[in-house]
Amino acid sequence: MNGAHDMGGTHGFGPVVQEIDEPNFHARWEERAFALTLASGAGKWNLDMSRFARENAPPADYLARSYYQMWLYGLEKLLVENDVVTANEVDGARRGERFEPVTAPGLTPDKVDRAMRSGGSARVDEDVAPMFAAGQSVRANVDAPPTHTRCPAYVRGRRGVIDCDHGVFIFPDAHAHGLGKKPQHIYAVRFEAEELWGSANQGGAVYVDLWDDYLSPA
Amino acid sequence: MAHDHDHHHDHHHGEFSELSETELRVRALESLLTDKGYVDPATLDALVQYHEEKIGPRNGAQVVAKAWTDPDYKEWLLNGDASAAIASVGFEGRQGEDMVVLENTSEVHNMVVCTLCSCYPWPVLGLPPVWYKSAPYRSRAVSEPRSVLEEFGTDVGDAEVRVWDSTAELRYLVLPMRPDGTDGWTPDQLAEIVTRNSMIGTEVVKAP
Repeated sequence: MNGAHDMGGTHGFGPVVQEIDEPNFHARWEERAFALTLASGAGKWNLDMSRFARENAPPADYLARSYYQMWLYGLEKLLVENDVVTANEVDGARRGERFEPVTAPGLTPDKVDRAMRSGGSARVDEDVAPMFAAGQSVRANVDAPPTHTRCPAYVRGRRGVIDCDHGVFIFPDAHAHGLGKKPQHIYAVRFEAEELWGSANQGGAVYVDLWDDYLSPA
Repeated sequence: MAHDHDHHHDHHHGEFSELSETELRVRALESLLTDKGYVDPATLDALVQYHEEKIGPRNGAQVVAKAWTDPDYKEWLLNGDASAAIASVGFEGRQGEDMVVLENTSEVHNMVVCTLCSCYPWPVLGLPPVWYKSAPYRSRAVSEPRSVLEEFGTDVGDAEVRVWDSTAELRYLVLPMRPDGTDGWTPDQLAEIVTRNSMIGTEVVKAP
């Protein structure tokens, strides 16, 4: 989707400001929103669905939210959309209502370290033929779907060169919408800065990880 | 993105302190999910503890120091299997499943961004700092990297700047240049001077 999340090349956001001795979390609610998101997702939705839930917001809202507010609103949306809880229950809980148990937690405290240390790779162990090879000239497609995509707007229509083939991975455009994994190759594609930014370029190049479906020979 | 950190509504306050809308929503969601049995509050504590204590840039610094002192290890990281090489020293898992290591040299300076969200190699660098997730960095790292580097006080001279946009599930760690004046240092001594930002590529490592 063309949303406020797709920020590459946008002007007007000002300088990058660092915080000295920054903590991981700036308030207890950030810790809880972070941990609730990790604890609730397993088996109910995937990472691509989470990303779409966060980015699919009115641009003004997206930009006004802090990072963990975005996680919180994304989580509320996913929980309701996946019938884990109802919107009425969420409203009720905000008024202090209590609820009866319907299940037992999937992720228990003793399993946390192992779950985090094993993670979950998006690599797919399938023999899928690559459409491109290192050194080949390609163009990023101009497609601008209203659904989830990981092809940033600033490379669409631009010409680059395949730097390397990372192997076969889940395709997020399908996976975010329950349409399966559609496994295909991801390549690091090198775009010259001049190709992307014209006379405003500062030299060098940008490398973007792009899937077969985002690319055409050029 | 705004920086609503609610510093004044911290957890040190008593039960009568005024809660923000955001805090109320988080509290209500935790209560609802706990009541219904989906979430155990002790699991939330354990998740926070894991990300506070088990991961962070000290992990990445150990990888860098080992690469600086062990040519075979460096070769494994750069041209073999970076995920396996990093796992061999104990760092692996969520948001670091498929690692790529980029070597900075006097000719090439690599830096990493995620323009679409906040992708970051958690096992080796921990959770990303706010600036990495902020609109200024996400918007400008790809289009004006030299200006961004300047804001970090970083001058890479004539090196070609390569910006890596983490749009997929590959996670990038920069192997910074080993500074002059560190001959004979042990890996532990070297790890001490490797900064988080040097492993993102917004700084270079300097000898003290």
